[in-house]
Amino acid sequence: MPDTLVALYVFVLSCFIGYWVIWGVTPSLHTPLVALTNAISGIIIVGALLVTGLESVGTAAEIFGFIAVLLASINVFGGFLVTNRMLAMFKKKDK
Amino acid sequence: MEISANTQSIAYLISAVLFILALKSLTHPASARRGNYLGMIGMAIAILATLFGSEVQSYGFIVAGVAAGALIGSVVAARVEMTAMPQLVAALHSFVGMAAVLVAIGTYLNHDAAGTLNPVMMGELSAGIIIGAITFSGSVVAFAKLQGLVSGAPVKFKGQHMLNAAIGVATVLLGIHFGMTESMTSLVLMTLLAFILGFTLIIPIGGADMPVIISMLNSYSGWAAAATGFTLGNLLLIIVGALVGFSGAILSYIMCRAMNRSIINVVFGGFGSESGGEASAAGQAAQKGVKSASVEDAIYWMEDAGKVIIVPGYGMAVAQAQHALKEMMELLEERNVEVKFAIHPVAGRMPGHMNVLLAEADIPYDHVQEMEEINPEFPTSDVTLVVGANDVVNPAAKSDSSSPIYGMPILDAAKSRQVYFLKRSMSPGYSGVDNLLFYQDNTSLIFGDAKDTIEGMVSALKGGGH
Repeated sequence: MPDTLVALYVFVLSCFIGYWVIWGVTPSLHTPLVALTNAISGIIIVGALLVTGLESVGTAAEIFGFIAVLLASINVFGGFLVTNRMLAMFKKKDK
Repeated sequence: MEISANTQSIAYLISAVLFILALKSLTHPASARRGNYLGMIGMAIAILATLFGSEVQSYGFIVAGVAAGALIGSVVAARVEMTAMPQLVAALHSFVGMAAVLVAIGTYLNHDAAGTLNPVMMGELSAGIIIGAITFSGSVVAFAKLQGLVSGAPVKFKGQHMLNAAIGVATVLLGIHFGMTESMTSLVLMTLLAFILGFTLIIPIGGADMPVIISMLNSYSGWAAAATGFTLGNLLLIIVGALVGFSGAILSYIMCRAMNRSIINVVFGGFGSESGGEASAAGQAAQKGVKSASVEDAIYWMEDAGKVIIVPGYGMAVAQAQHALKEMMELLEERNVEVKFAIHPVAGRMPGHMNVLLAEADIPYDHVQEMEEINPEFPTSDVTLVVGANDVVNPAAKSDSSSPIYGMPILDAAKSRQVYFLKRSMSPGYSGVDNLLFYQDNTSLIFGDAKDTIEGMVSALKGGGH
């Protein structure tokens, strides 16, 4: 099976996983959900690393890659940390 | 150290599983934090596996980029106000979009230099660039509206939909031309048009529709990552992109359902554009004046009540009244009054906005209930206090078929024994629809800033009362 088709298989099956997992999320955590998916979509950093780190990379591609790494890192760190901050505030009644 | 391609693939698989578990853990607040840590571990594994793989050979730019990004991201995450969360999320979405565009162009340049371009790859590249660019400029507009840099009101002009359609078609045609000819000019033009399209698609959408737009852009950022995954043949990006894409799509659906509108209607319909609008027939018929009440009146009913339900809306966020509400809740609970918070799905500017603000004020999450859960309780509540919400409690949604909000599920505040509205003025909600609840016999309006009013209630309660 060609690679592109494998990718398509993975994509379609992942959509189903996403569908079922996300419907289980409690509405009170929808803002943390948006923030967490935001952090996770920072996975684009993998693409940015692959573009920037190539041995034979040209200057233009290197600069584009650098900016992409920078933006994606802001997403990864900002996203996970702010999610953590929000989730820490959700408390049950303890008094 | 360098790891083999197989090791890297296994690491990516572990990382994907961790991300799925992270999302799954958001089913309950008690498990959510652990889930976020799983997500962090997953991300760390993915990044390390990429860095130690055979493709990455030069590290200078990477280290600089990650270090700067980590610093900026951490500082912003630590400092941002909870009320500014919608803006932050919009900004972060724009970064994913821009990163996707840059990665796609960088990939093109690398493959062009190596002479390894092929039509399938260029098609995938174009998809990545188009989705990424729309995500970027759309999120920038959303950010500007939420931050108040531009007016939150919808911007509309004649022929808007035709213009969007024309730009969309031109963008796709340029993408096809690029795929067939490898023309750099087409690539650049396509990219520019996609940026413009993101801008023109979001500019007509009003501030109060932001929960849908935030969810939609969240979804786009996922699809952008997935498209990048196809381009690079990276399965982890595809899996994560699909998860995020679906998450945003489901949230958009939930938000639309909560307004009884279709996504098409939100994106192209333009709703509540002009403030005021024409009051519906039933609204005009109900022009028999409203009662206004003082803080003392409301306290008189609340302090001896069995149950008080508070309905927060965007006005609570604007007035920053959540901390005062928490104090009032405690004072009422000392008097054995049951206090609950009722949340409509589209209250605020993003999904779950109110829940985060109430959590910030240390209000326990078991006091905060969703619409379906709390609606049966309104008939047994003595007082309902509406703080900065409007359309979500308007009975016209049930009774007046000529109303623009007819059919929208609402909180049944009208069934409560007493209703107090905290309002700054008589202006209608964002839909421009008159609220029939104002004119009900058991409703009174308390005019003023929500925070000042609640603080007034707090001091009245502290004063010992009767």
